Amino acid sequence: MAYDTAEQLEAFRLETRKWLEANCPPSMRTPMPDDEIVWGGRNATFKNPESKLWLDRMGEKGWTSPQWPKEYGGGGLNREEARVLEQELRRIKARPPLFSFGLWMFGPALLEFGNHEQKLRFIPDILKGKIRWCQGYSEPGAGSDLAGLQTRCEDKGDHYLINGQKVWTSYADKADWIFCLVRTDTSTKHEGISFILFDMKSPGVEARPIQLISGESPFCETFFTDVKVPKDQLVGRVNGGWEIAKRLLQFERSSISAGGFGGTGGSGILGPDDYAKQHIGTDESGRLLDGDLRGRITDHKMYVKAFSLTVQRQTEQAKAGQAVGHTASILKYAAAKMNQDRHELLIEALGTEGLGWEGEGFDKNAKKVTRQWLRSKGNSIEGGTSEINLNVIAKRVLGLKDHQ
Amino acid sequence: MSFILTEDQEMLRETAMAFAQGELPISHLRALRDSGANGDDPASRKKLAELGFFGVIIPDEPGGETFGLTGLGQILEAQGRTLAATPLMQTALIAASALQLGGTPAQKAEWLPKIAAGEATFALALDESAHFSPYAVATEAERDGKGFTLNGLKKYVPDGHYADVFIVAARTFGEAGDRHGISLFLVPRGAKGVTVEALKTVDSHGAAHISFDDVHVTDAALLGPADEGADILDPVLDRAAIGMAAEMLGSAQAAFDMTLDYLNNRKQFGQLIGSFQSLQHRAAKMFVELEMTRSCVAAALDAADAGKPDLAELASLAKAKAGELVHMVSNDCVQMHGGIGMTDAAEPGFYMKRARVQEALYGSASWHRDRYAKLNGF
Repeated sequence: MAYDTAEQLEAFRLETRKWLEANCPPSMRTPMPDDEIVWGGRNATFKNPESKLWLDRMGEKGWTSPQWPKEYGGGGLNREEARVLEQELRRIKARPPLFSFGLWMFGPALLEFGNHEQKLRFIPDILKGKIRWCQGYSEPGAGSDLAGLQTRCEDKGDHYLINGQKVWTSYADKADWIFCLVRTDTSTKHEGISFILFDMKSPGVEARPIQLISGESPFCETFFTDVKVPKDQLVGRVNGGWEIAKRLLQFERSSISAGGFGGTGGSGILGPDDYAKQHIGTDESGRLLDGDLRGRITDHKMYVKAFSLTVQRQTEQAKAGQAVGHTASILKYAAAKMNQDRHELLIEALGTEGLGWEGEGFDKNAKKVTRQWLRSKGNSIEGGTSEINLNVIAKRVLGLKDHQ
Repeated sequence: MSFILTEDQEMLRETAMAFAQGELPISHLRALRDSGANGDDPASRKKLAELGFFGVIIPDEPGGETFGLTGLGQILEAQGRTLAATPLMQTALIAASALQLGGTPAQKAEWLPKIAAGEATFALALDESAHFSPYAVATEAERDGKGFTLNGLKKYVPDGHYADVFIVAARTFGEAGDRHGISLFLVPRGAKGVTVEALKTVDSHGAAHISFDDVHVTDAALLGPADEGADILDPVLDRAAIGMAAEMLGSAQAAFDMTLDYLNNRKQFGQLIGSFQSLQHRAAKMFVELEMTRSCVAAALDAADAGKPDLAELASLAKAKAGELVHMVSNDCVQMHGGIGMTDAAEPGFYMKRARVQEALYGSASWHRDRYAKLNGF
């Protein structure tokens, strides 16, 4: 639908506002505690029943991804309408109805590279949060050198047979399906990779959670032993998976950096300047007593502001057709540094209060900061290490040459 | 917030870039230096006037449209690329802003057309010590019945060695350090008691120490309200900091481009040095900082034009980020050029020398970080 006049767009706004007023449950307009985040899937649990209602209603309209095509269950909105929806959601402080690798990473790639049947089969369930996806990329021997992956995928005539191991598979133990990079040709590197989808309940799939230094287990080691996969579940062409993989990594880096790894750190956690004021104190003019820490917190706050202005600028430029290449690598690099600096400053400002692990005697939010500080160390590793992102910038953006 | 230039601003930017590259390249600054001109360049001023660059923030008629500070920022960025020594910062930005914000109708009518036509140059005589500290004004302006008598010494006044008129910050009340009690005065260069000591500066742009010994001015010389000159000075200095940030962005971009070019041509060990990962990563980090600073400068320029309430915060952000950027890039430009970078025949040294002057004027990065923290309540 094309909007010739501002009036028509205004009509859409009123209609949207009315719908949201009627359909967004009251508790979905309050800040979201971590344990009420909705990831969807076959085994989805809803601590707050209204979050299921909210997901179902938004999913039905395709507004979990407003700009995806209607024919696959998406919202079918144009950019202006999507912006209006976003503004209206923000106006009532609505929670995101669904967190999903399907929405952020796999869906956009499938819409670009999948065939019509695959889109019809998988996209609607992503939008409605019925299927939870995980990403089978990294392997024990293929991290930064992702194209060195070894998981074998053999053509057995009427099906594929998969054998191998993935690692750092986010929430593989909770996911229903996996989008996976596999080797279909061992004689070449990048040109021997394919992109394939399968059910995590298939015989031969096993996911074992990995405990991190932060004590959490968001990642798994995932093993595949003689996993049979129907042939219509390979996306794109055989040996053509690397192109899809790279594109998907861009979606991943964008979605990671768009939020700056969560930026403000979730409910209840204050900024490093607040904790420093609280635990160190200020002089009569309001300056932090620790001048050195004050300078470093200022540096960080300026970086945060510069980062958010850069995201805004790049978004505006992209809309005006002045796109800068490989912004995802630039933002991913900066976002990782930013979030790690933030957490180092947070625990420094908290002092020993930021060095608790569990039990009584420490503030609940301070303990959360401690865990997040440890978790943040992965920010410069996951989704392309900072070093790999610098390589991408140097070579693809700046045009520097490889060693001869 | 708008990060996209209007068509007119885009054209202005292109004109300014072409003019800087064509007429005011670094070889021009070198020639000015070698001839002893000390940044005083009447021939180039004439060309800038013909292009209309002095009047980009001055409307043809009161309340009329201009290119805005965003437009002027494009010109300053262009002159930053080639380190051009021009009076645009002091005259087209600072004086034009101060007069528009605080001038009487008579002052505006007298000076704004002359500024726009490039017929008068100005210099803000503010600092009295070696560090930027705008309220630390000790220069006295004593009421003498027929106006004011000024006594004091101003240090390192940019363009002070050739400007026709000085905007002098002097104290009419209170003590050095007080915001209240500062007044601004327009003092012609030729006024009795004004002594200009021209300075040879490291960046070859020149500057001057200016002393005022019993300099008498009439009430008509007062620019803005008596005692509350800071109400004019503060927004003018914010705009100056933003303009300088735009200039620094241009300098950093040019020094970076030059470095990248060298990395792509210089060979050692049979390899292009730009193929070594340690240098690639440093170049990539510089590029990330350039992108971030460009966003800050654009946002600050826009805030000035839109009259946003967070102007001071964005001015400090832009000046601090651009200062850190040009510091890092100018140093790495010398380092990555190796021995060549240490020679006077090459250009990296020019960028490093100018960078330190840019960093110091209108508040160093650490001055602006301190203010940013204060504005953020810690």
